[in-house]
Amino acid sequence: MFESLTEKLESIFKRLKGKGLLKEEDVELALKEIRLALLEADVNFKVVKDFIQKIKEKAIGKEILESLTPGQQVIKIVNEELCELLGKTNSKIQLSPNPPTIIMMVGLHGSGKTTTSAKLARLFKKEGRRPLLVAADLQRPAAIDQLIILGSQIDVPVYHSKEANNPINLCNESLKKAKIDARDIVILDTAGRLHIDDSLMTELKKIKENVSPKEVMLVVDAMTGQDSVNIAKNFEEQIGIDGIILTKMDGDARGGAALSMRAITGKPIKFIGVGEKIEMLESFYPERIASRILGMGDVLSFIEKAQKSFDQKEAEKLQKAIIDESFTFDDLKSQLKKVRNMGPIENILGMIPGFNKIKNLDIDEREFVKVEAIINSMTKKEKKDHNIINGSRRRRIATGSGTTVADVNRVIKQYVELKKMLKMFKGKKMVKLPKFLPF
Amino acid sequence: MGFFERLKEGLTKTRKDFIEKVESIFIGRKIDEETLEELEEILITSDIGTKATAEIMTVIQEKVNKGEVRDADSVKELLKKEMIAILGHSQPLVVYGNRPFVILAVGVNGVGKTTTIGKLASRFQSQGFSVLLAAGDTFRAAGIEQLEIWAKRAGTQLVKHQHGSDPSAVAFDAIAAAKKRGIDVVIVDTAGRLHTKSNLMEELRKVRRTIGKAMPEAPHEILLVIDATTGQNAIRQAELFNEAIGITGIALTKLDGTAKGGIVFAIRKILGIPVRLIGVGEGIDDLRDFDPKEFVEALFS
Repeated sequence: MFESLTEKLESIFKRLKGKGLLKEEDVELALKEIRLALLEADVNFKVVKDFIQKIKEKAIGKEILESLTPGQQVIKIVNEELCELLGKTNSKIQLSPNPPTIIMMVGLHGSGKTTTSAKLARLFKKEGRRPLLVAADLQRPAAIDQLIILGSQIDVPVYHSKEANNPINLCNESLKKAKIDARDIVILDTAGRLHIDDSLMTELKKIKENVSPKEVMLVVDAMTGQDSVNIAKNFEEQIGIDGIILTKMDGDARGGAALSMRAITGKPIKFIGVGEKIEMLESFYPERIASRILGMGDVLSFIEKAQKSFDQKEAEKLQKAIIDESFTFDDLKSQLKKVRNMGPIENILGMIPGFNKIKNLDIDEREFVKVEAIINSMTKKEKKDHNIINGSRRRRIATGSGTTVADVNRVIKQYVELKKMLKMFKGKKMVKLPKFLPF
Repeated sequence: MGFFERLKEGLTKTRKDFIEKVESIFIGRKIDEETLEELEEILITSDIGTKATAEIMTVIQEKVNKGEVRDADSVKELLKKEMIAILGHSQPLVVYGNRPFVILAVGVNGVGKTTTIGKLASRFQSQGFSVLLAAGDTFRAAGIEQLEIWAKRAGTQLVKHQHGSDPSAVAFDAIAAAKKRGIDVVIVDTAGRLHTKSNLMEELRKVRRTIGKAMPEAPHEILLVIDATTGQNAIRQAELFNEAIGITGIALTKLDGTAKGGIVFAIRKILGIPVRLIGVGEGIDDLRDFDPKEFVEALFS
């Protein structure tokens, strides 16, 4: 996400750290670099200008000049301002006191409205609500089919009509249907449109007037460049939005659009899309992203994910296995599975401080599949006691798992090392959170 | 309406904005530090990027220092010249070699791959080429259906497999079918993928290899579709797609909005990949050849 910006700011601050007291020209130099980094991160230039001005005012004060650790001070100021810019709190979707709560998804072509609509519906369904998806994109070929397929994947009904040619009427009709079926959430997936297309923007305005949605969500691609400001401004002025959803955050776009749009509209970023799979929608936590920008890693998200994947009972079982020194290949397999359940490994590692600094961190997901296959090809006895796995057993395991003897050797070696490591934990007080495997 | 007018029309909003800004700087003013800084900002807000902007600015700064340019007009001319120089010669997409001529279209999610393919197919058809589309986006829900609708609109043939099937197999079958039926152009659609997903990029490599097995000289063109709204990340996209499968041309879509598409300057500068096509609207005819000179002229005229 923001890795590259992090690297840049870190290298700037490294230079600052080397110097004792901070002179005005040092601050100027750092600000110049921060400005460039932010611009390269696609933060709109006007937003950058304001941001730099604020930092400058705070940085070239007595406070910083007299400070013994100016680098730290600048980091603190930049962090604070970033948080400020991104919005302080995580705001959730507002529910209407009189159901159904109507949520209207708007945005440019290809920003990810349809996928995000389904992701949102899944989230509500998980909370025990009864969402209805409405296929109001009558423009793009097969958009209706796409939503129907996504709806069936998450078992959420999709209101649609292939004969319909007026999205305003369709949306009106869908509300009647929602009431009959006692649906408490209605998500309208509207067609993508350019923010300067007057007739289509008017159409959107009419839909809004007709259905009076509780929330209008602007869906924006995280890779958007300087134009993010124009897009957000136009949608806000002409339609009026309540929040922003940033999609495709799992790429390596630096996501400066998040900062720009928040600054220009003052509207909160409520969710981020972090993958193509339907469960990959997360809440937006400004402070997490800000600390991520500054290279402190997104530890909070990491812990939250870990807690979701590892239940208490499992953790205790693992703890026991470690204490008894009975950690077997089966335990290893189930741990690996849990790590994988947390999401794509590169997303997970990106949250850990330090890891985001490793460039081109290329973790092959298939490595996990390989390890699993190797363990599956072991006999029960072998899984419990690696010492009996001799040469011929290794060859058999390799053949059985479709890997090579070298692969098998590596997995056994890693297992032994892990066991050694776990032994060291034994004496110490166990941390609540299970430790992760060093793969 | 000729090409130039249509391009200009598509770029009207872009141009108006850009020119107003440039002119507001130069009219009645001498070239000083502040002027150049403002010019730099205009370039940056066009998504041209800090590096390409710095390069253009260095050249202009030098000429200003030498006294070669003094007034607003000549700075504008110089800027134009520099920008055209970066983009290089016009290199439109032309059908050549043994038939079928195979185009592989790739890109990140939501850039307009399928739409571009639909428009491109219709264009080839109207030029008298027979076209076959390969529904290689087997991942996205209704990805196949979307291409199917475009194939009907453009009146081309289509080869498809089931949802979730191997895109390489679709491409292979499409080329085999095209050979058998004597088709001129095959366009292979692929699922949108982020350039950072190594497994999906590996899948793309396989598609490319398989196409080569079906026909040794294919694919003749590997077209990376880029959304003009994209910021500096487009450079990473171009770099990583190029690394994986070797990009031969770029189609720049959604130029009918307010986005300036300035990223093409950086892509051309860094990777030397030419822009071949631009999308300037939603209609089936809104796909144009990219001409660097006209592109820059249209920005400044």
